[in-house]
This record gives sequence, structure tokens and C-alpha cells, in this order.
Amino acid sequence: MATKVVMEALSPTMEEGRLVKWLKNEGDQVKNGETLAEVETDKAIMELVARGEGVLRKRLLNENDAAPVGQLIAVIAAPDENIDALVSGAGDGAAAPAAPAGASAGASAGATSVPRGPAQSQGEASAPPQEKAASAPPAPPAGRPAAPPAPSAAPSGNGGGRMRSSPLARRMASENGLDLQAVQGSGPGGRIIKRDVEAAVASGAVRQQPVAARLVPAGEDFRDAPLTQIRKTIARRLSESIGPIPTFYLTAEFDMERVAEMRGAMAAMGDEFKVSFNDIVLKAVATALAQHPEVNAHWLGDKIRYFNRVHLGMAVAIDDGLITPVIFDADQKRMSEISRESRELAKRARERKLKPEEYTGSTFSVSNLGMFGIDQFTAIINPPEVGILAIGALEEKPVVIDGALATRKRMRVTMSCDHRVVDGALGARFLQTLRRLIENPLMLVY
Amino acid sequence: MSVITYRDALNQALREEMHRDDRVFIMGEEVAVYQGAYKVSKGLLQEFGEMRVVDTPITELGFAGVGVGAAMVGLRPIIEFMTWNFALLAIDQVVNSAAKMLYMSGGQYNIPMVFRGPNGAALQLSAQHSQAWESWLAHIPGLKVVAPGTPYDAKGLLKSAIRDDNPVIVLEGEMLYNTKGEVPENEEVIVPIGKAELKREGEHASIITHGKMVLTALQAADQLGKQGINVDVVDLRTIRPMDIDAITTSVRKTNRAVVLEEGWEICGVGAQVVDYIQRECFDDLDAPVVRIHQADVPMPYAKNLERAAKPDAAKTVAAVKKVMYLE
Repeated sequence: MATKVVMEALSPTMEEGRLVKWLKNEGDQVKNGETLAEVETDKAIMELVARGEGVLRKRLLNENDAAPVGQLIAVIAAPDENIDALVSGAGDGAAAPAAPAGASAGASAGATSVPRGPAQSQGEASAPPQEKAASAPPAPPAGRPAAPPAPSAAPSGNGGGRMRSSPLARRMASENGLDLQAVQGSGPGGRIIKRDVEAAVASGAVRQQPVAARLVPAGEDFRDAPLTQIRKTIARRLSESIGPIPTFYLTAEFDMERVAEMRGAMAAMGDEFKVSFNDIVLKAVATALAQHPEVNAHWLGDKIRYFNRVHLGMAVAIDDGLITPVIFDADQKRMSEISRESRELAKRARERKLKPEEYTGSTFSVSNLGMFGIDQFTAIINPPEVGILAIGALEEKPVVIDGALATRKRMRVTMSCDHRVVDGALGARFLQTLRRLIENPLMLVY
Repeated sequence: MSVITYRDALNQALREEMHRDDRVFIMGEEVAVYQGAYKVSKGLLQEFGEMRVVDTPITELGFAGVGVGAAMVGLRPIIEFMTWNFALLAIDQVVNSAAKMLYMSGGQYNIPMVFRGPNGAALQLSAQHSQAWESWLAHIPGLKVVAPGTPYDAKGLLKSAIRDDNPVIVLEGEMLYNTKGEVPENEEVIVPIGKAELKREGEHASIITHGKMVLTALQAADQLGKQGINVDVVDLRTIRPMDIDAITTSVRKTNRAVVLEEGWEICGVGAQVVDYIQRECFDDLDAPVVRIHQADVPMPYAKNLERAAKPDAAKTVAAVKKVMYLE
């Protein structure tokens, strides 16, 4: 049975994808789940995987060419299967009704199977009931019949309508950390059933548990606060005054001597203890946010969402723009973990290898241009977040301490605040906490 | 261990309990001189005499009422209905007197009695005489309802029914009386009321049933076994109180259930079973539960139509395959 390979939506906002590289040649045998090609989305380079098994018979998109989501870009089929009709229909794939008759759930977001010709339709879900009743029962399942005759590959319906799954399948998926969206349902109407989950688990499609799972505090991840009248008025009045996000800026200069000392002492202990200034700042910001949930929030139009977890976005410059990967539960992580994770995220960001879930979901962001010698700057808030902290360069400066002039390592930070949520005093108190942490970095290990 | 008929198993139960307790007596149409319309009471008149084996006129309401009165004053009557179809005439005594007396007398009057007789369809007895009444009877608080499917369960449940201090309905089967099964000879056979039994063990689906349909379920299980499909056959044995644990244990194991009964669909016993399953096993289900039951029509007389209307092994096999997504 032939399987259409279509351009899939590989990021939440992707509308078209550019085919970077085919990893399979025409004529190659491919398995379900095997990577066919690398596709560049609006955010990253992602892998496009096969949704069926057979031979990659035809590639319909050249490397470096782009195709809209849904367009047919290749066909997987048996070696001798006639695919002319499919191939000739290429190009209008996005609009083509891909779901087989009887599968009412609509086309899936991924590759969908192709309606079979009448000659191949025995056992198909749409076979008339009389035919089913009259014919012998399906081939006797050997051993465990829970892996029964080839499922008529109805799409799981996870694209169009509501995803259908048996209660058992949902329970098994959650026990196995499996995302049901990624499972093809073989039951009536594309219902995902036990055998589908078992197959998905066996094929290793189990989602990796987030590293921080062990640290997550009990209870809700956030608290929604309805808008009070005064908040509504502040929001309306200030928005009238300045842009859609009424931003104001708070700048502070921190003394970095002790951070430098600490960093030096750690580096002296050996390479594995080396951390960057930025790592220490990230750790300090995360710790401060945990103490000030009132700036660790999202503006949602009709309410403010205050997060009980700190997911710290860190802006990373890449060749043609920037992206903000997220250190999840950053306040719960040790400095070594933050250091390793931020290095890894930055590297993969530059290689454009980040997965969508790695750059969405931040509750507050940090941008650092210190390495470019920028003393001080204002960063643009990444909505619906309500604040971003711009980190300037670390410099030796003359300062007055106890009435005497001295040279000290100093660093300027500027916090952009969404005034609908964060008032001046609130932002200032957050920076006060941050100052205390950075100027007394031993508190970070307290 | 000896192999005896379901009829003889019931006869043994009656004889043993009448020996055990001289308050036990049997009353009904043709139970004495004629030895029982289906010979269940064979030999009892000769053994226990006409005070304890009592022929009645064709007056179901009357002799059921006499039984309730006897129970109120301390006897332990067994009322035989020639079939449960005829018991409709006595239903007021069953429902309004026997079932409610303990409650309405504020606990003063136990009604330790048994109503028994064949239930369900035989062959070509047509609409008025081919009916399964368990959902009617099990609906009533104050009654216990048992439906043995094998000789062993028939003997064990009838004995438990006779010893119970509450009115117990025993649903037998005309087509079951000649079926045979093992019943131990020299030991007491007691099957507790309210306890189901796993008659066959499998892993792929559960068939939940009772009474005569146990045999149908086992036939279906045999056919499925040849195709590599192994099913649990849960014999409820007692309809009220129902053994919910036995149902849920099986469904949690197999994730798929077929509920098989002889009666009609609407408000049937199977509907109650499905309710327990959806309440207790929602997250264990891999498929909607399928019910097999009589077609929603008065039982046809014509042989071919009667066959089409009744549940059978082929329909059960198809239902099991359906819950396994094999059809």
C-alpha cells in the first residue's frame, strides 16, 4: 500500500518548509519512523520521518526547494506498485482529500495513507458488511492476536478533527510518556487503540522525560489572577501612551568583584568546574525570579498568569536572526547544569537543530550583549512575557567606595518591564534581589 | 466424582435439604403425583409424603401466596413454577409480599423461601412461552436471583437458596435439564450466592454471561481458541447480588468485554453489567463493550426466525472479534 510523504508542519507556526537534504535515495528501502530528509522550518532544521514502510519510489521535491505544508513531496510504496496516479497528482497535494473512505477523522498533520484501489480493498474498513460476513474470518492470528491483520492505515485524525483513542490507550500512553499525537490509530475512524500504543512504544517513540522532572515542585505550574480594576486602568492608560506593550526600563550597575573571585576560584579547581559569567548571571536571575513570581508572568489580555516554575529563555544570536531556547525549571538547577545546558542549547541553536519544545514556554528572558562590548542596552520584551533582562559588558571602572576611589569590575543590567503587570517599584525590588545575589554569589549555593 | 444431569442435580439438592431440615417443603403444579412437569421432584412424594410434597391447582397467585404465608410462620417453602412464564400471574406475591415483607414488618418476618422453575426459551414454544425474566426479577430490592448454568452450580445454588433466610429466585432452563456435568457424590456441594466463577481463562477478551448462555459462551470460546483467541468466560451464577469484582478483575486483565444474555436488550442484565464496567474499568477499556441478547421482538415460532432471534455462539464469536478490532 502506498504512503504519501507530505511536507509536515514541524513547528507550531510553520507554513512551508525548505528541503535541506534528502537522506534516502529513490529505490531505498525505508521503515516506518526512519528519517527521510532534513527540512528547514521557520525556526530550525528538523527531521522528516517516514509514516509508512516500503521503497522510496519517487522524490518530488529537489533539495533547497521549498514546499507548503501538506504538499506531496515523495511516495513510499511496494517495489512493483503502480504509483502513476499519485505522482501525477503531485503539487495539489495540500488540497487533495487524503483520507481513505470511512476514515472520517480527516487528514492527519503528517503523511497520510492513500485510498487503495478496488482490487486491493479486501479487509478495508469500507468493505460492505455482507462481504465481511460472508468471507472467512481474517487469517488466524498466530500466538497473540493483539497484533492482528495489518491495520487499514486510517489516519489517526490528529490533524483535522478530534483525536480518538481508547481510554486504555490514553492510560498506556501516559504511563509510557508517549505523545498520542504522534501515534497512528488503526481502530475505527482512526481510533488509537492498545496495539497502536504498544507498537509505538516498541518502536522507541517514547518521549524523553524532561531532565528537571525530578525537581518540579508539587501543585499547579501557575496561578491565574483575574485583572483588578486598577490593573485594567493601568493597562489601558499606559498602552495608549506607548505601543502595544507599555514598556519602561530600569538600569542598575552591579559590582562583579565577588563573582569574578568565585569564578576564578572555581576555574582553579579544574576545568570541569569552569563556568562563565553568563552562567552565574543566569543562575542568579532564575533564583531571583523564584523569589519574585510577580515578574515571572505572562500577560494574557484578560488575566495575568503567574508561574510557579521558572523557565528561563536565553536569547542566542544565530546567523540570520535570533532564537530564545529555554532552560526549564532553571531555579531548580545547579550552576553546573545551567552551564552545560546553556552551552548545549546555544550550540544547537547556531546549528539550527533546536526542537520546537526547546524554544517555547519561557516565563522570562535574558539577553546578553556583553561579549560584543555593549555597556548597556534595552531589550525588547518577548510577549506574553512581561520582562526581559539585558546584560551589558563586564568592565573595570572607577567607583567610590567608602569615600575613596577604587577600580572595580562592574556590570550594567537593564530590565524592560511591561507596565501592565510590572510597576516600577516591583521591577526595582526584583533588581534589588538580583543585586544581592550577584554581589554575594555565595547566596546562590545557599 | 460422578457425571449427572442438571435435572438430577436439582433433585439431589431438594432431597438433601428436605432431609436436613424438616421445615422445607415443595409445592406447585404436578410436583407430587406426576413427579414434576420436568421430573425435578421425582421420588420426593414417595420419600417425604404428601404433607411436604404438595400438588396445587393451576393457581399461581394462590399457591405463591400460601408459600409466603407459610414462610411467615416459620416453614421454608420451595414454590415450583412450571415455567417462569406462568409465574407472571404470581408476580404480586413475589414482588409485593415475599420481597417486601421483611422491610415492611420492620424486620419481624423473614421470608426464607425459594421460587424456582425453568426460565428462557426452549425450542419453538413461541412468544408467550419463550421468555427470560431475570432482568424483571433482579430489579426488585428484597429478592436474590440465581441462574445456574451447570449441574454443579444447579445443585450448589439451589441448596444455598433453600438455606437462605430471604426469598431467592432460582432460574433453571428447560434446555439445561438434560445437560450433564460432574458433581461430587460424597461431599456437600454448596455454591455461595453472589459469587461468580471463571469458567474459562483467557487473555484477549472477557465474555460475561449467566445461566444457559454459559454453554453458548463456552462453545464460542472453543471456536475462538482454534483461531488463537483465548477468552475469559465469567459465569455470574448470581444476578443479584452481582459479583462486581469478578467482572472488573477480568475486564482489567483483557481490556475488552462482550456481555451475553438470553433476554431482551432494553434494561437487560447486560446493561447493568456494562454499567459496572464503564464505572469501574473506564481506563482499562480498549474498545466499547458489545452486548449479545435476544432480538427485540416477541420470540418467533418459525424455526428459522427463532434461530435468528436468539443469541448463539456465532454471534458471540463475531462480537469478540469486534471488540478486538479483528472484523
